[in-house]
Amino acid sequence: MSQVNYTNQNGKLMSDQPKNTTPSSLSDVASKRAESKVAGTQPLGTGLEARGVHAWFDKHHALEDVSLDFSAGTVTALIGPSGCGKSTFIRTLNRMHEFIPHTSMAGQVLLDGKDIYESGIDVTKIRLQIGMVFQKPNPFPSMTIGENVLSGLKLAQLKVDNQEDLLEECLTRAGLWTEVKDRLGAHAGGLSGGQQQRLCIARALAVKPKVLLMDEPCSALDPGSTLRIEETISQLSKSMTIVIVTHNMQQAARVSDYTAFFLSDGGPGQMIEVGPTNEIFSRPRDERTENYVTGRFG
Amino acid sequence: MTTSTVQKMRPWAATPKDRFITGLSVFISAALSVLIVAATPMKGKLAYFGLFFLAWFIVDSIFVARRGGAKGVRDGLAAKVTLLGGIIVCMVVFSILWATISRGLKGLNLEFFTSNMRNASLFDPIGKGGILHAILGTLMLITIAVVISVPMGILTALYLTEIKGKAAPLIQFLVQAMSGVPSVVAGLFIYAAIILNTPLRSSAFLGGLALTILMVPTVTRTAQEVLNLVPRDLREAGLAMGATQWKTVALVVVPAARSGLITATILGVARIAGETAPLLFTVGVFDSYNFNPFKGDQGTIPTVVWRGLLGGTPESIQRAWSAILVLLIVVLIMFVAARTLGSRSSKN
Repeated sequence: MSQVNYTNQNGKLMSDQPKNTTPSSLSDVASKRAESKVAGTQPLGTGLEARGVHAWFDKHHALEDVSLDFSAGTVTALIGPSGCGKSTFIRTLNRMHEFIPHTSMAGQVLLDGKDIYESGIDVTKIRLQIGMVFQKPNPFPSMTIGENVLSGLKLAQLKVDNQEDLLEECLTRAGLWTEVKDRLGAHAGGLSGGQQQRLCIARALAVKPKVLLMDEPCSALDPGSTLRIEETISQLSKSMTIVIVTHNMQQAARVSDYTAFFLSDGGPGQMIEVGPTNEIFSRPRDERTENYVTGRFG
Repeated sequence: MTTSTVQKMRPWAATPKDRFITGLSVFISAALSVLIVAATPMKGKLAYFGLFFLAWFIVDSIFVARRGGAKGVRDGLAAKVTLLGGIIVCMVVFSILWATISRGLKGLNLEFFTSNMRNASLFDPIGKGGILHAILGTLMLITIAVVISVPMGILTALYLTEIKGKAAPLIQFLVQAMSGVPSVVAGLFIYAAIILNTPLRSSAFLGGLALTILMVPTVTRTAQEVLNLVPRDLREAGLAMGATQWKTVALVVVPAARSGLITATILGVARIAGETAPLLFTVGVFDSYNFNPFKGDQGTIPTVVWRGLLGGTPESIQRAWSAILVLLIVVLIMFVAARTLGSRSSKN
């Protein structure tokens, strides 16, 4: 993992395995995750970088000065209590923030070194490269399962030679192929919540994004479906950069390489600390992080 | 099998005693209303109806008060008032339907559907002459109005819900004001604006324009409500995949709202199908076929009804009732067709 760089408040490289940690279940899980990750990780381009990002809703300052690096091929979990700006932050990363009326932002978000907020940039191309999975499964109700997966091609007006191959590939990567291969023509509304969410992941994958943003993708799902989605995330992280917002700290420990802790003390939300997931859960540097991950508040 | 030994029960259901009391209060109220009608100069079905409810309100409240107290009486009264409202509405609807069907059926025969009134006068017996010309005329008018006002109404609704531009509040206000325009004014407007100022004379097309004025606000407001029901999530899902707003609306939002948009169209047609006043200035009346929508007066079902009732002879009044029944049937067929078409294509 030494190829992974990210900025945090100390500006220090934090990729070493923790050595003298008090054993706790969360950090154990996170360590296992970290060990399994090291073997397969390959560098995949330069990833996504947020620099000094602020966000406002009208006059309400929701997010203050967040700088975070999401290196290619890593999974970063954003944790923190409700209202701390995690979702707002993730929405600034693919320019979805601006769809809410009367919002503003400051700072830079660099994709492969290029600012996605640069004037004159084609926003649709940005969102094509930075896909998003939402909190509630939202398959398009008027389309079949197959049409849902391939809907991005029509929506973004892309041409693909072999749609059937793409369909199978995306559904396989989302871990849904075996369950739906015989009913691709059926309506998406007939799937279970967990299947619908994996369908939404497959749909997001079909336009080949470099980065996938997931805003609490499992919060509406049962534990079994959550497990399947987490397996999917592990598979996907071999080939893309993933940022996941979660309220479930076990989930953050299970799926992520890095964890960033957000907190609002009544004012704008801030990023308190970022580091390798096993360190955040075993020896956080900030007391507030420790209080949160050990369940003393939040 | 433990399940077979357990008896299903409904402890919350009314006991025989409860049911007896309910029946008793209805019976007492009915008896009271009969007695009062007999003892006083009040007469007629309406007196029975009104007195029965008044008596029932009081009698049942007394029974309820014994168990539920003042709270129970208030609760029961509120339930009875809503029930009364529902019954009155149903009575109105069913008596209109009953009057139309019972009087209209007598005049229906093959000739009525297959011929026109060119060679038949108002005084000719039923069986001579028909209203096919008016059926075709009404269908032509509805088609013209739908073709113009459905795209117009849905596009306006899309502007109001999706684009939410600077003009949205003004347009919203105008749409609301337009839905209050009396239908005769719509006809007069077309008459004053077009017939008086251009060489165009009354035709199905101008009638369609007058009906459009009435139909657009209905379609717009219904479509707007339906589009607002499409979850924000779906729009964002489309946009997050790199779609433009136009693509998202065309491929995601409108298909998701499809059956609601069909309902908007149906409500719009229902609004205009029976309009008579605006047609008098813009379409005129005609007793035979006119297949040119842009030239010449046109026969329509509402004007046939209007003239039939004015004719005053038993035959012409009979024709008017039958024509009303035909209008109801035509509109019903259109509704069913739109519903089945809409649901079929959204399932496949």
